[in-house]
Amino acid sequence: MLQGHQTWVFESKPTIISSAAVGGPHEAQGPLAADFDLLHEDFWLGQDSFEKAEKKLQEQACETAIKKANMKKEDVQFLMAGDLMNQTVPSSFAARTLGVPFLGIYGACSTSMEGLALASLLVDSKFAKNVLVCTSSHNAASEKQYRYPTEYGAQKPPTAQWTVTGSGAALVTDHGEGPKVTAATIGRVIDMGLTDPFNMGAAMAPAAVDTIEAHFRDLKRDPSYYDVIATGDLGRVGHRIAGDLLKKHGLDIPEEIFTDCGILIYREDQPGVLAGGSGCGCAATTTFGHFLNRMRKGELKRILVIATGALLSPMSYQQKESIPSVAHAVSIEL
Amino acid sequence: MSEKKKKKLTPTQLEYQAFAQAREPKRPIVLNCIKAFFVGGLICVIGQGIQMFFVTYFHFSQESAGNPTVAVLIILTVLLTGFGVFDHIAQWAGAGTIIPVTGFANTMASAAIDHQSEGYVLGVGGNMFKLAGPVIVYGVFSAFVVSIVVIIFRALGVM
Repeated sequence: MLQGHQTWVFESKPTIISSAAVGGPHEAQGPLAADFDLLHEDFWLGQDSFEKAEKKLQEQACETAIKKANMKKEDVQFLMAGDLMNQTVPSSFAARTLGVPFLGIYGACSTSMEGLALASLLVDSKFAKNVLVCTSSHNAASEKQYRYPTEYGAQKPPTAQWTVTGSGAALVTDHGEGPKVTAATIGRVIDMGLTDPFNMGAAMAPAAVDTIEAHFRDLKRDPSYYDVIATGDLGRVGHRIAGDLLKKHGLDIPEEIFTDCGILIYREDQPGVLAGGSGCGCAATTTFGHFLNRMRKGELKRILVIATGALLSPMSYQQKESIPSVAHAVSIEL
Repeated sequence: MSEKKKKKLTPTQLEYQAFAQAREPKRPIVLNCIKAFFVGGLICVIGQGIQMFFVTYFHFSQESAGNPTVAVLIILTVLLTGFGVFDHIAQWAGAGTIIPVTGFANTMASAAIDHQSEGYVLGVGGNMFKLAGPVIVYGVFSAFVVSIVVIIFRALGVM
């Protein structure tokens, strides 16, 4: 049901019956390592290309999520998946392996929450019983496509972020026990005219702020309703900007509940990470791994995840276009 | 940002950019310059050592020793790039490793490694000069322009 301007409230409260997170070597060194179902030491995952490795991440995340719910592939009606690569090939190829009816989606790094919102919509509207959501990113595959070759020795500024190698999957159903998806706020595309692809946090922060404000306005809620409010991959730079911008707009989210998946996933002193993690896999693994695990343990009752995406392409950047951004918020409650 | 670009932005965008900029960590330019100075200098010292080695043991002249010296530095860089070490050194050293011949060797080797999955012709062959290409194109073109200028000056009897 639509509430306010851009928020869906799911009255049947679709359940996330199971979820899975798969990560790479850098995620294994991070503080959330214990929340991953599978961690790979090999950056290539035994494949001969980074793109194939990313496909493998998605396959494993999907299979693990289905297995944890004691279901079979045949029980899943639809798969919604997305990633950062051209034509979202890893998602399509993973869907080929799974053989589940497939809807490919793209919202850059906001894809995880876009998928979760759409999956909950399908389940809530009774167009499906079980929907699998999956997103992924691979550090080297993204670097190769968006920036420079992996081994290229250019110095990155302190605002740059590290693309997460990982995939997160969640199985949304109309039955069972587990965290429930209660509402979703779909964001507008916001463009503040920033052009630096090494400073995505600052480009995406206004989109996150816009969606957070819309969420609380539409639902007439106060930030204290949630135990955790987490942005997707703003990193240390963008998260600080978003927090200050919200304060400036008169919405004060207490620092102890306002966090960011890109900050949580890596240690501050991990080499190469700089301002924090980013990519489709960042919000996906942190939400579907870390946050949902904490909810199942009862440590968190209500969370709001705002996945942020920078909607640029290497071509649009070279043509001197600015970086438009989008953010989607999903509220998950026990 | 240039003035021309700024004119296209709305007041809200300009206000936000100033707001964001005040909260961003700046590149440590002075520290980067110092690092680049010492690392770049160190590479030159190593190069000088290699050159002296060729002059002393292989009877090269001071001038002809230049080519094998550059070749040795390129091979070392390509090896370091292949072993995945170079990008870590470069993140620390910045311009110190990018400006000498090591930077050029790294651009070609890294692009070649990255696109190996697309095959040796379209992948490695087609992408090897992805980053190094512009350097060669504009290097050769500016050399051409300078030569023309020199020829004209000589014809006029200035030089």
